[in-house]
Amino acid sequence: MAISEQRLIFKHIDAPGYTRDMECYLKHGGYEMLKKGLAMGPSAIRDEVKKSQLRGRGGAGFPTGTKWSFIDPSKATKPIYLICNADESEPGTFKDRQIIYKDPHQLLEGMILSCFANGVKLAYLYIRCEFTFGHKVLEKAIQEAKAAGFLGKNILKSGYDLEIYVHRGAGAYICGEETGLIESLEGKRAYPRIKPPYFPAVLGLYMSPTIVNNVETLCNVKHIVEMGGDAYAKIGRPNNTGTRLLCVSGDVVKPGYYEFPCGGITLGQLIYGVCGGIRNGRRLKAVIPGGSSAKVLRAGEVFKVKEKDAQGNMVDREVKLEDLRMDFDSLAAAGSMAGSGGVIVMDDTRDMVECLANISTFYAHESCGQCTPCREGVLWLKKILARIAEGHGRDSDPGLLKDVADRIAGRTICAFGEAAAWPVQSFIGKFKEEIQLRIRRNGTAAKRDTISLTH
Amino acid sequence: MNPWNHDVAKDEKDLIDVQVDGVWMQMPRGLNVVEVAHRSKKFIPHYCYHPKLSVVGNCRMCLFEMGTPKMGPDRKPILGPDGKPEIAWMPRPQIGCATGVTPGMGIRTDSALVKDCRNGVMEFLLINHPLDCTICDQAGECKLQEYSVEYGTGESRFVENKVKKPKNVDLGERIVLDDERCILCSRCIRFSSEVGKEDVLGFVNRGSHSTLTAYPGKRFDHPYSLNTVDICPVGALTSKDFRFQMRVWFLKESKSLCTSCGTGCNITVGSREGKVHRLTPRENEAVNSQWMCDFGRLNFHYLDSKDRLTRPLLQAAGQQFPGTWADAIQRAAEGLKKVKPEEMAVVASARLTNEELFVLKRLLAELGVTRVDGVQNLGQADSFLRSGDGNPNSRGAELLGLSSGGRKFSGWGEEIVSGKIRGLFVLGGENVIPAGISASALAKLEVLIVSGILQNETTRAAHVVLPAAASAEKTGSMVNVHGRLQRMTRAVAGPGEAREDWMILRDLREACTGGNSLHSVEDVWKAMSMEVPAFTGMSWAKIGDLGVQLESSAQAVPSITS
Repeated sequence: MAISEQRLIFKHIDAPGYTRDMECYLKHGGYEMLKKGLAMGPSAIRDEVKKSQLRGRGGAGFPTGTKWSFIDPSKATKPIYLICNADESEPGTFKDRQIIYKDPHQLLEGMILSCFANGVKLAYLYIRCEFTFGHKVLEKAIQEAKAAGFLGKNILKSGYDLEIYVHRGAGAYICGEETGLIESLEGKRAYPRIKPPYFPAVLGLYMSPTIVNNVETLCNVKHIVEMGGDAYAKIGRPNNTGTRLLCVSGDVVKPGYYEFPCGGITLGQLIYGVCGGIRNGRRLKAVIPGGSSAKVLRAGEVFKVKEKDAQGNMVDREVKLEDLRMDFDSLAAAGSMAGSGGVIVMDDTRDMVECLANISTFYAHESCGQCTPCREGVLWLKKILARIAEGHGRDSDPGLLKDVADRIAGRTICAFGEAAAWPVQSFIGKFKEEIQLRIRRNGTAAKRDTISLTH
Repeated sequence: MNPWNHDVAKDEKDLIDVQVDGVWMQMPRGLNVVEVAHRSKKFIPHYCYHPKLSVVGNCRMCLFEMGTPKMGPDRKPILGPDGKPEIAWMPRPQIGCATGVTPGMGIRTDSALVKDCRNGVMEFLLINHPLDCTICDQAGECKLQEYSVEYGTGESRFVENKVKKPKNVDLGERIVLDDERCILCSRCIRFSSEVGKEDVLGFVNRGSHSTLTAYPGKRFDHPYSLNTVDICPVGALTSKDFRFQMRVWFLKESKSLCTSCGTGCNITVGSREGKVHRLTPRENEAVNSQWMCDFGRLNFHYLDSKDRLTRPLLQAAGQQFPGTWADAIQRAAEGLKKVKPEEMAVVASARLTNEELFVLKRLLAELGVTRVDGVQNLGQADSFLRSGDGNPNSRGAELLGLSSGGRKFSGWGEEIVSGKIRGLFVLGGENVIPAGISASALAKLEVLIVSGILQNETTRAAHVVLPAAASAEKTGSMVNVHGRLQRMTRAVAGPGEAREDWMILRDLREACTGGNSLHSVEDVWKAMSMEVPAFTGMSWAKIGDLGVQLESSAQAVPSITS
């Protein structure tokens, strides 16, 4: 089961002797793609990105070329902004920080290329507040790039000007939601905006057209320029192109970050091959494949997945959990999502009530409080789960949890509602017996009207 | 003042077909779905949406089911048997407040999904709400209560502890905040920022712990702050003046006008058993939209002041004694005739209604008195609603030819001293001493008749004091500084024996000249509309609740222009 990584973005990460300095980056061919890109011209870069079928790496998997196509630099009457979303804060996700800390110039090169491709003269790098060192790394990298003429006025004498400002995040999960991020960047509370009408491509930062891309996504642009969109699209699988950074955490022997062609590895290969299997000789119980908001998958689950056969006909195929490909479409077909690439593995010692209560505690803490269902519902979910965990569950709780979650998802301003509801819906759906058993064991629960759970 | 006006379409004539609950109708393009439903005689409940404030879409109460026309391969809508587009319904509900209608749009306001959405929001809003309706001033006009009846389940599945938040917060001079009642709709924040042009309110903390508060070191003392109490859909913001005073369902509501300045904001007077408890703005887009200033709103407590004149007073041997109306009218009539018409001066206050001024005009014509003028009362103008003219009916007094705005009046003090004026009749509760006639001059007068509301130096010097009704106590019309003729209706009776000035003047006419044909305010109006050119062709009914623009506005109306 020796699956070897294909490192594109992580090519130099942790390589012996590789440093975050520009000198080192240049020795490894750094900023050559910037030269190439400047020679290609903006529309050629956009064409290559479109051809590459690159999908956003932040969580939603939206096609990057399509996102860029919403903006037409030739018709813009306001400045176009690009924001690099480096607010990586989805639990279980720790890929972007590797790039920022260990290879910042790769991000800058990808970002400069993306800005050039979209007529952006001013870009922001919104970095998670807690990445204090990363902030310093990026500031230094920007100074180095400016001193070398890769950034600032008249980049490499091309006549193209670009400024990038690093902005430290406001310390909340919601700052990573793209319109919340924009509000935060404007100096306000990171309340996500209603869409319509505030689509970033139309009414984004300062009510101007704005592109918000994830760190990994922007790095990919550099490699697309390098190899061309068609060649890039050959990595991975159709509609799931390129490589994917995967962050594996939890009960595996070798947790860590890995890079594979998108869909080039199955969940089983990832857990049992790459990560050395489940710790302490235990058995797999559950896995969350795309960051804590993704729906949980249960060990032993079999999914019905629609696939094209050799003749191109759509056929139903049964796929075991271990055989699920780690790509956007396969995980979506299994009812979950590739999300941010955070794979959280749980072994058979894990109590699903505790796991779900832990996840819900996070979302209750991070709900911004702007819209009613999320503000009130998510804390309610957390309180119910905490109560069950403390041994005061009621028979009606699983149904209530599902009902509350169902009334959050799809009814909120931003996707946080889903992020908070999906874990609850999926844990209740897949581990109902265990939760019911836990409730039945606590015995006296139903006799109590309220308990003193403080928040 | 109205940066948004979502209840008015950009182009009311640009009509498109939309389907509301299965019925096709024509609606202006782009009008939001909450307003479209309203015009379709449907109702989409909402908390945060307010037609005069920016749209934030945070309460999620206005979620509706939306559909768009099914498109054929030719990218044209597929038409059904009725010739109307077939609709493809979206699985995800949309917010009505932020969704403008487009051609062929389908709107469902009462489907199972929509009902479940509303029911969910109601349950969410109530789980951490204190449910202290028993002592809440908003009870009776609370959207949580109203929507609980319409869209709630009537029971709670919540057994956890509620979130604790600050209570009885002294937010500002006139407002108290209960953060536990607050549903975080942000209407007050948007009002103070967008209408009041002052950023002073905001949210702190996160999630269910989000809390409304004033900025550090700031208080919510904005001169229009009490409008937030009106637009607060729940009992979070309450008026210090009104809280715990009266259950709102006991209040009789009378349509009237604020008379604290020349703007004439349209108001509703809330009263019970003859006592006024509050004034609230009544929507009139031509005057005050849905707002009024705090000064005007609170300027009614003088109605039950201990200084109110409640009985006619007659002076004898240098002292005032209570008398009957018959005696008082008799004495006043005698006084009016005692001095020659050219020795008489009359203060025709611009605080009187047009009707009162008209009866006065007839009386003076019959007596041959020509020395008549109003008194200037300066107000504190602001850039929003308040006018620099402190009189509510200066324009009316001018149109009736009874006032030069106080120019003539300014010379009267000297004329009294020189003996040219021997008699003075003061109306409308004007206190002429601060206005420029000295106490010693008043003392020199042979006849001083005063019709007033509160005791003051002028009434104390009078030979006859006639207790008059205040603005909330009478029916009549006024013309505001922008030339708009507006009606006010009596909310409560005057205290004691106080009477409306038009009745006092009617009786005076009868006593002076023996003739009278005006038995009601409507009679007065009828006669006036035939005689006064500015009111020609105008009937009492035509003025309506919102008034009529008589002349093109001499001054810019901030409510319309900005």
